[in-house]
Amino acid sequence: MKRVLQTIALGLFVTTIGFWAFKGAHTGWSQNRVPMSKTDEVTGIVYTVYENRYVPGIDLLAGGVGLASALFAVSFLLRPKNKTDQPT
Amino acid sequence: MKKLVITSVITLALAASLHAAPVSFDFKDPKGVNALQFSLDSVLEPIAGTAGGVSGTVSFDPANPAATSGKIVVATKSLVVPNATMTEHMLGNNWLDAAANPEIVFQLSKLEGVSTAGNVTSATATGKFTLKGVTKEIKVPVKLTHLADAFGKRINKPEVKGDLLVLRGEFMIQRGDFGIQPGKNDDKVNPEIKISIAIVGSAPKA
Repeated sequence: MKRVLQTIALGLFVTTIGFWAFKGAHTGWSQNRVPMSKTDEVTGIVYTVYENRYVPGIDLLAGGVGLASALFAVSFLLRPKNKTDQPT
Repeated sequence: MKKLVITSVITLALAASLHAAPVSFDFKDPKGVNALQFSLDSVLEPIAGTAGGVSGTVSFDPANPAATSGKIVVATKSLVVPNATMTEHMLGNNWLDAAANPEIVFQLSKLEGVSTAGNVTSATATGKFTLKGVTKEIKVPVKLTHLADAFGKRINKPEVKGDLLVLRGEFMIQRGDFGIQPGKNDDKVNPEIKISIAIVGSAPKA
């Protein structure tokens, strides 16, 4: 059980960092819509349009790494398998 | 010959008076470009968003810009920031309470310090700004750019005549002055909000 928790924690840690980095390593809050600037040719007005896509931010990174750390810490509270239970 | 001269003078005078008459510009943009932009400092990064639900009319006379009058309205529920949860909180009861306060309004009272260079008029707009049900008088430095006969070009129908009026301005407000979490969460969300406008009004000619 201890080894299983540690494996899950490691997997969560790597997946979270990988997903965050792959999606642009955004160092602000997560975004559900991404702002992009455009210019109206006739008036010269610069305006914002939004592209609906998810960009993970520091909040997701902190949550994933935090949960992975917690699972890893909990794994140390579990008692190791009793060696006397093993068949002789 | 005398008749022709008199007719010409009357026609020119009529044309001049028509040209000098104030024109009403509708700020509900057919291309959906109009938006108010806002930003405020916050933990981690500034919170920046837009509000696309702009409407209202401005009466503008290129020959007498000081006589400009009008009102710009922004639908509160049109305010968005890139994070959906933040948008929900911003429009909720604790912040803007968009359900109870559906409109943000600037009612122009007067233009002061008016100067015109070419088709650009610079001035300070004094008016009543209403946010979350609280109305306060504010002064906003503005630039009004009159684009004569540009309406048709903008909607890709050059045969349609009409003018455009571009309104630009930027000002700061204290959110606490408008009952938005006064004195609260100042360490997380700056009490000062920067508001920028760059919007266009249309006046098609029938």
